Amino acid sequence: MRGLDQVDTLRVSTAGSVDDGKSTLIGRLLYDAHGILEDQLAMLAGATVKHGHVPPGEAVDFSLLTDGLIAEREQGITIDVAYRYFITPKRRFIIADTPGHEQYTRNMVTGSSTADLTIVLVDARKGVGTQSRRHAVIASLLRIPHLVVAINKMDLVGYDEAVYDRLRDEFAPFLAKLAFVQVTFIPMSALKGEMLAKRGDGQARAMPWYDGPTLLETLETTTAHRVVAAGNHLFRFPVQRVAKSKFGPNQTLRGYQGTVVGGSVKRGDRVQVLPGEGEATIAAIHYDGGEHEVAHVEQAVTLVLDRQLDISRGDMLVAGGAAVDITPTAKQKPYVGSAFSANLCWLDPSNLEFGRRYWIKHTTQSSRALIEKIDFRLNVETLADEPVSSNTLQMNEIAQVRLSTQRPLIFDAFETNRTTGCFVLIDDTTNRTVAAGMIIEPGPG
Amino acid sequence: MNHLDWLEAEAIHIMREVVAECAHPALLFSGGKDSICLLRLAEKAFRPDRFPFPLLHIDTGHNFPEVMAFRDHRAAELGETLIVGSVEESIAAGRVVLADPTESRNPHQSVTLLDTIAKHGFDALFGGARRDEEKARAKERIFSHRDAWGQWDPKNQRPELWNLYNARLKPREHLRVFPISNWTELDVWQYIAQEDLAVPTIYFAHQREVVERNGLLLPVTPVTLPLANETVVTRMVRFRTVGDMTCTCPVASRAATLDEIVLETAAATLTERGATRMDDKTAEASMELRKKEGYF
Ligand SMILES: Nc1nc2c(ncn2[C@@H]2O[C@H](COP(=O)(O)OP(=O)(O)O)[C@@H](O)[C@H]2O)c(=O)[nH]1
Repeated sequence: MRGLDQVDTLRVSTAGSVDDGKSTLIGRLLYDAHGILEDQLAMLAGATVKHGHVPPGEAVDFSLLTDGLIAEREQGITIDVAYRYFITPKRRFIIADTPGHEQYTRNMVTGSSTADLTIVLVDARKGVGTQSRRHAVIASLLRIPHLVVAINKMDLVGYDEAVYDRLRDEFAPFLAKLAFVQVTFIPMSALKGEMLAKRGDGQARAMPWYDGPTLLETLETTTAHRVVAAGNHLFRFPVQRVAKSKFGPNQTLRGYQGTVVGGSVKRGDRVQVLPGEGEATIAAIHYDGGEHEVAHVEQAVTLVLDRQLDISRGDMLVAGGAAVDITPTAKQKPYVGSAFSANLCWLDPSNLEFGRRYWIKHTTQSSRALIEKIDFRLNVETLADEPVSSNTLQMNEIAQVRLSTQRPLIFDAFETNRTTGCFVLIDDTTNRTVAAGMIIEPGPG
Repeated sequence: MNHLDWLEAEAIHIMREVVAECAHPALLFSGGKDSICLLRLAEKAFRPDRFPFPLLHIDTGHNFPEVMAFRDHRAAELGETLIVGSVEESIAAGRVVLADPTESRNPHQSVTLLDTIAKHGFDALFGGARRDEEKARAKERIFSHRDAWGQWDPKNQRPELWNLYNARLKPREHLRVFPISNWTELDVWQYIAQEDLAVPTIYFAHQREVVERNGLLLPVTPVTLPLANETVVTRMVRFRTVGDMTCTCPVASRAATLDEIVLETAAATLTERGATRMDDKTAEASMELRKKEGYF
């Protein structure tokens, strides 16, 4: 049984317009992968009789599995994201399920921020619409490395290879312009379970002409983001908290708690404390109740430094010594500054107020922030930059903006490191999280 | 990093964020398996420091005695402060009025919980809820905001992105924080097995007097007596959750060790709540309703 925990986790998000079959796909995938248990199935069968929307002959409407709360049903609203879990012998999965919507950007950004892979559904009868392009652009902006384009409802077009080929050839050139590491097209019928977990065999194959992977095979073999991320070999450690206890032989050394968000660090390594010039040596690495030689990316650890420096929450430890940049975008040292550009997605029903001070939350740092300029709005359907006539942003809009902060932030471009390159803005009167930002690589000079 | 390492690191990060950003957190510790994991995570996040928060339990007065003994023992062993809010006292003080003395006190915990939060001025409570448990949980944030009335507003949740958590509060508001949101029941047992954590004995298979009712096995206890037409039988059972006695049912099981529980959980064909909770079977959405009123 211990073997079970040797598997890793893939975080998946889904996107599609209303009725493209997203809920059916998730429900059916969970069922086929045995992620639905008996009592849930019995509840589903019961609910199908009451409020199911499936053709006669289908006993279970799998879309009801992801169906909502009373609050949602009564008020005809849908809560932005629900999480599902399932496991196969190869992997564990977390699926962020975000309801489809006309103005869907906000939900998708919220549900997909940590995804390794996004599934964009396309209804084979309707083809690739502006919504499909919008979803792909958002996934790309969020630097989700893998995109699966699920050409769904193939049963309604007679499982016709020509339909699939046409949709793929139409969409692929657009996707090639985006930032994905890998794009996979899969024809399927979520309702019938074709190409989700099963491809059928012999005579029973509905789509014998398709020899690519099924959806589940794709999910099981896709490399997780952390392995893909270009900047992950650059050591980054935002200090979360200073331990009260002292460490070292004489109990005189300070320990700094936090999570490694890039690269790794060894005992004896020279580190620099940002902001500032201070350097120190790693005297000890503590985690899991003991001392260790190395701490890797994603580990939550306590780093003990060999000398007393003035370090507090929000500071960052990075590799010490002279900066040797790996490539122009993968810098050994992060930027330290209080002015930068970012792609900003507005999430709140109340519009961006120009000149208003917001709170920015970035790594373990908080500061006041001001939006200095909206450079342009991004048309997420055409990829075009649109000039802004008014100095505001509405919910679901994405724009490139310039910000300034009261305290300097220590950051990388989002494309280099998703964790040191992302931030949120918080409204200080409502305390709501109003925007999500992705920092853009500063230009030269 | 394997799957459990990853879940553990995420939970530690969350706990440290709360301690860094909130003035008066507390950790809900019931003696149950999920909060047992929380305690181990707190040790990993903060030792050699003392926990920067007390432990808190809301006691309905109808908990299994083994579990209460375990709770006290564990708190003492860790050398941490345990605060107990008592539903019995809330009843005595007239804060909770039971329609019927035999009714389950489980839903009434919300009153005692909110009173205890107010009394101690807590601004954040760590809870062991998981998103795989139930569909209201599946839609809840890791940092879940409660208004000045202790209420959860499911449609007004703060967007939660990356690992950036919004902990800002107005006076009298608080947060419920769920560090193991992304864990499944199987993850919890695997973690307990990996860390070799002690759990109350009633999690392991044992002989117990039960009656069968509505497809569930009801334990026979001083507060859950069999009805006139019911036959008491002795069965080999274990508990999958250890909540209030009036609404927690055991399942038939032969799992006597942690590894056997892991195996059994991996092969389980019923969800945890479906198999064990009377209160959740009664209404499709009862968890959602209770949560809105301030429940865990
Ligand atoms: N024929 C057919 N119908 C489908 C398929 N996938 C979904 N549907 C149906 O399309 C409708 C919308 O599906 P649903 O999953 O609710 O879409 P969502 O709004 O994207 O979640 C439902 O009536 C489904 O039964 C499919 O592959 N084939």
